Amino acid sequence: MSTEDRGPSMSTAFIEEPSDEELPARRMLDQDWRKVFNYGLLLALVLVFVALTNMPVNLDHRMLIEPIFSMGYLSLFWLPAVFGLVVCREPVLAGMPSHAKGSREVLAGSLVGLIGGAGLSVLTFLLDNFNLRDPLVNWSPQLLELLSFQRDTAFGIAIWLPVGLVLGTFGGLAHLLSATVRRMLSWAFASVIAFAIFETVILDLSEGFAWLGAEWLVEELYFIRGGLTMHGAAVLAVVGGLFAAFGRDRAHRAKERFDALEGTSRTRANAIGLLVVAAALVILPLFLGGITNELLANVGLFVLLALGLNIVVGLAGILDLGYVAFFAIGGYTAGILTTTNRGESWPDWMPQFYWGTALVAVVILAALAGLFIGAPVIRMRGDYLAIVTLGFGEIIRLLFLSDWLGGYTGAAQGVTNIPGVQVFGLATVKGTDPRAVFYLVLFFCAIAIYVSWRLERSRLGRAWMAIREDESVAEAMGINTVNAKLMAFVVGAVLASFSGAILAAKVGSVFPNSFIILVSIVILVVVIVGGMGNIAGVIVGSVVLIGILGGPRQPGLLQEFSEYKLLIYGVLLIWMMLKRPEGLVPNVRRTRELHQDEYLQDAWLRGEIDADSEHTDDSHSNGNTGVLPA
Amino acid sequence: MSDTDGAPPLLEMRGVNTHYGAVHILKDVEFSIYPGELVCLLGGNASGKSTTLKTLLGMVAPTTGDVLLNGEIVTDESISYRVERGVTMVPENRRLFKRLSVKDNLELGAFLRSDRSAIDADLERIFEMFPRVKERLSQKAGTLSGGEQQMVAMGRALMSDPKVLLMDEPSMGLAPALVQTNFELIKQIHSQGVAIFVVEQNANMALSIADRGWVLQTGRVVLDDTAEALLANPHLRASYLGET
Ligand SMILES: Nc1ncnc2c1ncn2[C@@H]1O[C@H](COP(=O)(O)OP(=O)(O)OP(=O)(O)O)[C@@H](O)[C@H]1O
Ligand SMILES: [Mg+2]
Repeated sequence: MSTEDRGPSMSTAFIEEPSDEELPARRMLDQDWRKVFNYGLLLALVLVFVALTNMPVNLDHRMLIEPIFSMGYLSLFWLPAVFGLVVCREPVLAGMPSHAKGSREVLAGSLVGLIGGAGLSVLTFLLDNFNLRDPLVNWSPQLLELLSFQRDTAFGIAIWLPVGLVLGTFGGLAHLLSATVRRMLSWAFASVIAFAIFETVILDLSEGFAWLGAEWLVEELYFIRGGLTMHGAAVLAVVGGLFAAFGRDRAHRAKERFDALEGTSRTRANAIGLLVVAAALVILPLFLGGITNELLANVGLFVLLALGLNIVVGLAGILDLGYVAFFAIGGYTAGILTTTNRGESWPDWMPQFYWGTALVAVVILAALAGLFIGAPVIRMRGDYLAIVTLGFGEIIRLLFLSDWLGGYTGAAQGVTNIPGVQVFGLATVKGTDPRAVFYLVLFFCAIAIYVSWRLERSRLGRAWMAIREDESVAEAMGINTVNAKLMAFVVGAVLASFSGAILAAKVGSVFPNSFIILVSIVILVVVIVGGMGNIAGVIVGSVVLIGILGGPRQPGLLQEFSEYKLLIYGVLLIWMMLKRPEGLVPNVRRTRELHQDEYLQDAWLRGEIDADSEHTDDSHSNGNTGVLPA
Repeated sequence: MSDTDGAPPLLEMRGVNTHYGAVHILKDVEFSIYPGELVCLLGGNASGKSTTLKTLLGMVAPTTGDVLLNGEIVTDESISYRVERGVTMVPENRRLFKRLSVKDNLELGAFLRSDRSAIDADLERIFEMFPRVKERLSQKAGTLSGGEQQMVAMGRALMSDPKVLLMDEPSMGLAPALVQTNFELIKQIHSQGVAIFVVEQNANMALSIADRGWVLQTGRVVLDDTAEALLANPHLRASYLGET
């Protein structure tokens, strides 16, 4: 299977244009049986796995389109269609003739769907006849009921075969469509799903935009108890499809025009873009309800954390798994200094500080902590360093939890009664006012983005990158690697401590539990998924992971999925590493390097390598030169 | 030859012993390199050639003995101290910063310098010497061909404006034709007044361009003579120059 697997990614990465010649479609039974069987089996396993995570049951009450389709069924139904589509894909190599698509592809999709459906049939049968509840906690009557569509077991066993077959066939048929039609369909489908899933936010938004008649629109779209109305779904599908057909091209052209800009006009365009985004971020929250602002504030907290870790991991190449320690230090320092209810071990004469004043202490302490944790750690390399930082992250949390420091930190009770932040007597930033929290976070994010951006281009930034690439050579260039790495720790620590200090004021309390190792891991996943060493990527990563899926303790848009958050993180991480190692927002230069092998293979197949050494198309020629005969 | 000039040696080792853990690598190594000389260091595998260069640059600290730079004892000084005063190394296997651009690699060579206009002038000088490098400024160093990488590695070292260049097997892994060009380049750099201390397996070729040579055997300097004398030395001919 592995060889076929490489095909699609290789071809889609660099080749868009179809080949000139086309061979006639292959006969229907001229299948790659092994591939079909493998994909079918994989589909069956995935379906059974998803069913046993209990996702379908848990999500069944959440209606997508009232009353016919719930998110529970969606969690199963999308899989056969996608597998049916994927099994048909074959590498298309430009300049090499390929076969026309035909009934063969549809049959492959159908078969894969059928085998997958059979997997669920077997599961339904087993659910009815055996009790495996002991190892498998979700082995429940509810699951059986869901899998048999609220009828008897025999019906369930029988129905999954045709359901799988039909869905798989859809996938196969989709493969036959022209690219435009396929795109229209997927956009139509995606807009319905997106509007259904993001119902809470859209309702929240509609309140802010009531004066635009948004209320009316929302009432038409959504059913009172949740879920889209039938006609709402139909309208969304049409709008989405039409956008794919017409709007997308226009958006692409606009982007191309933007990319073509150079010199001052490029700078100006960038500045205007930045200004528009900044203005939107300042103005939009005024129209947003509490839920959305809360989400944005959480995203912002993680943007701060991730930008800091990005400096440590992405730029300096130090894999710090105990990064949460600095988040904790920021939270605790701000909490203890500002609370009205301080631990009994503190002397009475110690005043209660204003948050802004406390922030000075937060920065100093975080920087010191960065030095203290960094100093012993940076002499190690690679995996040893990761393990030791992991330990430090845990040590800090356990210290806050310990009896020894309990008089100061409140041990398991944590620090409570932390007041909000007074801003010039104008407003109080605290958890009950998510909009104010968002503005505070936004302010610090702006600082962090600016600092990251400047550092990346500074001498220090260059030293970090050199260390990341080859530490001993960096040393031989005269770079003081110890100092540079300590600086990375310190800058990262300070950014994380800002986030902690805001968290303390926002939530009004800090507990050891808010700073478990999982937080470190989540931040790291945000950085990796977004694109290491890339500021925009880190922001997008936070929005996608924290905003949509939710953080370790923060609910995201998909509250129903909170139980599966980590599962989805894991799947996403694996998928990204396999298919898009450069992250969601790739750094152009890094992409080139990571896909180099694939590119070279393609280029070789196209005979390009010896054809044109003076090829100026940037994205291609640079990959090329490494193998050009000198 | 240069010993008689009276000026202090540019780089000198006095009774240097180096250990890795308990293993004794360099044994009482003594020698000096004078300004503008081209000296080559020969020796079999694991004889301690790379270690000698690393000790000179300060990447490895000697257990006893001293390293002198311009007559000043720098044994306890940092690498950056020595780089600032004109010692630079072109490491074994070139070791470019692979994912950084050629430009970034060159700039990193000048990391300790702050005079922007002088740096730019040196960049221009390097572009003159290696026109190919200029064409590939924004390319990732790791994607360059072996020969191009060698040019960038030399350029990177020259960016620090060195008085003496320590080169560790510069022709390793290069095609025979390129080895020749490579030695031409070394001669060219040398002709600009930079002293060169080059470790080479290719003894014949190295000695043909060198002023002097040393031969290291299991950490000891066993031969120290002018290049012509070494080329004529029957002992050396037998052990290092093979059938030639
Ligand atoms: N970091 C290290 N730790 C322990 N031993 C080392 C280290 N570096 C080198 N050695 C050992 O020191 C000895 C000399 O190594 P060195 O690299 O100086 O040899 P060399 O003369 O450059 O050899 P070659 O021609 O193969 O490059 C070798 O036996 C090597 O295994
Ligand atoms: Mg060596």
